[in-house]
Amino acid sequence: MACISPDGKPTESGSKMLRALKGRSGSPEEIAKEAGLPLFRVRSGLRELAEAGLAKQKDDSYELSEEGAKLIK
Amino acid sequence: MEEVKEQIGNMPRIGEPAPAFEAVTTHGVLKLEDFKGSWLILFSHPADFTPVCTTEFIAFSEIHPELQKRGVELLGLSVDSVSSHIAWVRNVEEKTKVKIPFPIIADLNKEVSMDYGMIHPGQSKTETVRCVFIIDPNQIIRTILYYPLTTGRNMDEILRIIDALQTTDKNAVATPANWRPGDMVVVPPPNTQEMAEERLKQGYECTDWYLCKKKL
Repeated sequence: MACISPDGKPTESGSKMLRALKGRSGSPEEIAKEAGLPLFRVRSGLRELAEAGLAKQKDDSYELSEEGAKLIK
Repeated sequence: MEEVKEQIGNMPRIGEPAPAFEAVTTHGVLKLEDFKGSWLILFSHPADFTPVCTTEFIAFSEIHPELQKRGVELLGLSVDSVSSHIAWVRNVEEKTKVKIPFPIIADLNKEVSMDYGMIHPGQSKTETVRCVFIIDPNQIIRTILYYPLTTGRNMDEILRIIDALQTTDKNAVATPANWRPGDMVVVPPPNTQEMAEERLKQGYECTDWYLCKKKL
């Protein structure tokens, strides 16, 4: 997992994506721009964050889950 | 061996959609579709911790900023494990101070290598040869290069091909032999006699009706 470390915590790039989602939903393109990460990394990372229950996908956009929101407080 | 022979008959071709994949890489699990909207250079190398491959990885890293300016991502591949890739990348950085900024597929089960025809049994039954697949933002294969195990790739040529493909797409022209950005481009040949006659009056630099060049 590139965005979630083996201890279940988000990595630096995972945290950047979570912070970019704070208080809003965003497309992978928007999150890539906000987080300053390559789009391919963000597409893959958001998939991982959603699988880990830290983000939720709605159509083409993502938003923080309750669990994800707690992590970046 | 039979499986390898079967796959050789089914190699990807220019103009066809790039075979989809989902693969473990040094940057996590990546799918081909993650690169949609960007140009992608998917390239294979025979093995980690080998001399020619190391020079190539340094060279790919050196052209990475130029590729980024052109909207191109890089993705390496070999049949080594992700741990081997990580160790090699760290070693390259430690010994040469060059950071490898792009992901590398760990294709241990050879799934991607087989789909892309990267194993040429005449060269090696276990390692991938030096392939370069240039894939456009719509995920169509636009260029395929194969180099033998003993010959390192030419980064200038890879950049030149990217420039040529992007110029072609933007301006509906072709590029002549040894073309470089800024050189004259080739106007597509006319399809009718009338167009051929008109072509000669359009101010292009024409050798004859079928070979006309223009400045962009």
